Amino acid sequence: MRPISENLNCGLQSSIDMSSFFKKRVATFEHGIHPDYHKETGSLPIQRLPFAPKLYVPLSQHVGKPAIAIVRVGQEVLRGEVIAKADGMFSLPIHAPATGIVEAILPVPSDSGAMEMAIIIRVYQADGQEIRVRNPQNLDGLTGVALAMIMQQIGVAGKGGAVFPTHAKLIPPNGCVIDTLIVNGSECEPFLTCDHRIMVERAQHIMTGIDFARRVCGAPRAIIGVEDNKPDAIAALTAALPGDGSVTVKVVETKYPQGAAETLTYTLLGREVPVGKRSSSIGVVMNNVMTMAYVGKLLPLGEGMTERVVTVAGPAVDRPGNYIVPLGTPLHFLLDSVGAKSRAKEVILGGPMMGIAIASLDTPVTKGVCGVLAFGKKDDTEQRTYPCIHCGKCVKACPKKLNPTQMGMLAAKREYELMADQFFLAECFECGCCSYVCPSHIPLVQQFRVAKSFLKDRKTAA
Amino acid sequence: MSHTELRAAPHQHSGNDVPVIMRNVVYALLPICVFSVWQYGLSAAALILVVTLACLLAERINNFVSGTASTLSDWSAVITGILLALTLPPSFPLWMGAVAGLSAIWLGKSLFGGLGQNPFNPALIGRAFVQAAFPTAISTWVPAFSLNRFAGFIPTTLTAPFMLPPDIKHWIKLQGLDAFTGATPLARWKFENVAASAMEFLTGQVTACAGETSAILILLCGLYLAVRKFLDWRIPVAVMGSVTLLSWFFHLAQPARYPSPSFMLLSGGLMLGAWFMATDMASSPITPRGIWLYGALIGILTVMIRYFGGLTEGVMYAILIANATAPLLDQFNQPRVLGAKGSKS
Repeated sequence: MRPISENLNCGLQSSIDMSSFFKKRVATFEHGIHPDYHKETGSLPIQRLPFAPKLYVPLSQHVGKPAIAIVRVGQEVLRGEVIAKADGMFSLPIHAPATGIVEAILPVPSDSGAMEMAIIIRVYQADGQEIRVRNPQNLDGLTGVALAMIMQQIGVAGKGGAVFPTHAKLIPPNGCVIDTLIVNGSECEPFLTCDHRIMVERAQHIMTGIDFARRVCGAPRAIIGVEDNKPDAIAALTAALPGDGSVTVKVVETKYPQGAAETLTYTLLGREVPVGKRSSSIGVVMNNVMTMAYVGKLLPLGEGMTERVVTVAGPAVDRPGNYIVPLGTPLHFLLDSVGAKSRAKEVILGGPMMGIAIASLDTPVTKGVCGVLAFGKKDDTEQRTYPCIHCGKCVKACPKKLNPTQMGMLAAKREYELMADQFFLAECFECGCCSYVCPSHIPLVQQFRVAKSFLKDRKTAA
Repeated sequence: MSHTELRAAPHQHSGNDVPVIMRNVVYALLPICVFSVWQYGLSAAALILVVTLACLLAERINNFVSGTASTLSDWSAVITGILLALTLPPSFPLWMGAVAGLSAIWLGKSLFGGLGQNPFNPALIGRAFVQAAFPTAISTWVPAFSLNRFAGFIPTTLTAPFMLPPDIKHWIKLQGLDAFTGATPLARWKFENVAASAMEFLTGQVTACAGETSAILILLCGLYLAVRKFLDWRIPVAVMGSVTLLSWFFHLAQPARYPSPSFMLLSGGLMLGAWFMATDMASSPITPRGIWLYGALIGILTVMIRYFGGLTEGVMYAILIANATAPLLDQFNQPRVLGAKGSKS
């Protein structure tokens, strides 16, 4: 059964936003947008996707140093076996996502457009594909860095999209005391429902994961923030909460970008992350619900990260849903399996607001891929761009309260330093609200990305 | 998938682009036009049509001269035309209306770079131009609801180009409306100290510009745009709020001399100005505090001009002056970025 509130969201919020008028006030942030959510897959149970004949397993599936391959071509690997080891603290090991044979180690396309080194595994199709290698360890009484070191071995990175190595994120920087672990269940991107399904189906794993995460970061309490369009997730989490009250579920307004770190922190705690600082400076560390679910599932078993739940959806997909996808599965196989390959014209990794359109269907699914969206031919391919009419809609939409109008005008004049010095360019986290509302179709976020990379390049050159 | 389409995020859009916004503003203006035609008949209809066509013509000539694609489809010139027509007296000669339309687009908009670049509301620039050029014609008023309004034009309407309009005192007498004074409520208040009642305003039984006599209708049309988020509700609220407060203050001090706030709100071009003129996106501020200050400034200037100025009506100049301050208001009222200094934590 699809929750009624979700049906309401699809129809009403796009045209006239009166529904929020009559609703009980729920915690939220200022500004933001109400896009069409298309969360139809939220009611479909998670299914398993078959193994592709070949898996492309990139060595860099996280932010930080790439892993170092420790297998050679022709070597047989077992599912769950470490095939690349972490390069230092700020890195993660890679585990074999399937039992098979290493066919090659060569560069494959990635979502950034650049080619990334990957281990190509030819999967044994006749094999049952059980996890063959586990390394369970005694975790009793372990806390802090000691526990983080073991957490590193399972290879979990942030599942929300930033793919920060989870163990490294949880260790508080020197001098910082973490008072709250925020668990992000506000899956605000349209189309994506994998976090939603994880909360409904694996609430117990999430609680176990939260327990481990709190032991590493030392937070006395944890708050799970869930948007009010996922009542079944809220119910499932509430039922699984530990009895001591240290973990709570807080319902927040369904609004984009509710699930961004800055906005959810503000919504739940009323704290603002100071300009240029991390959330640890205000005593907060945030993790995604799926990250917690995988930590909770894998850490007690000593099992490596070999697969993840991915939302596959979009108008060009025949069988949309949430699928357990082995890491390294190439997109052409994934799209073929859900009946989308022929019609897909534009394929996006992530959600439609912040996701990246990819150039090659040989790009594999990696640890940070939360969604694969396929669109057919769009009618509005030739969207006409108008001059800025100074309507201020972007100013009213920006969750960081930046002035995108002013920055857009400066970007057009290539005044990038001015944007950074006076208008907080670096604070923009590229949620896309300004471009979404812009009646002139000015690619504001893209201009800001260009400005940032221009300044970064020049800084490196200097 | 032979070739993939690569676009930068976001891949979704609200769907409300420039033509949609502009078209909705036109829709919101249409009921006001209909009411005006019902009040003043054929002359009002002809004036609205001619002024709008003049604006479109001016815009198209610009495109032709500058060699750019037609910009008529963004609907902004239509808004300028209708708004301008609604601020002119219904008896205004058509050729003068055309001059107003051409000057609105050329002096008010094209000169600064077209759509979105105008520092002042183009319709008001056109209106200010003809106020200076044709002072008599723009202060000649005719009675509403004359019996023959759909049978023929007001004599002045069809004045030959570059000719001055004929005197219509005799024609007005023929309409059989004895009570007609030939002055707008604001002029009657200013020079005769007679304040029209709220009821007279609400039913349109007053002498005024084509689009100034229907305060409630303008309010409803404006509310439609505000609900659809095609105009910023803060601007009209700030204008009406500041007018109400300031005139209430004066009224309390000297009730005999200064009219009540309801008179100030309903008379003249205040409603049309607050909802449709001051809200012109290009010439109004975008920062939250800037918007409130801008609206309040318009209200204060309007009351000041009406009370102490030589003119009977102050909305036009109040908005034009406030337009000029908009960039500065934005500059000094940049929003506080989340997490920047001055924050709670």
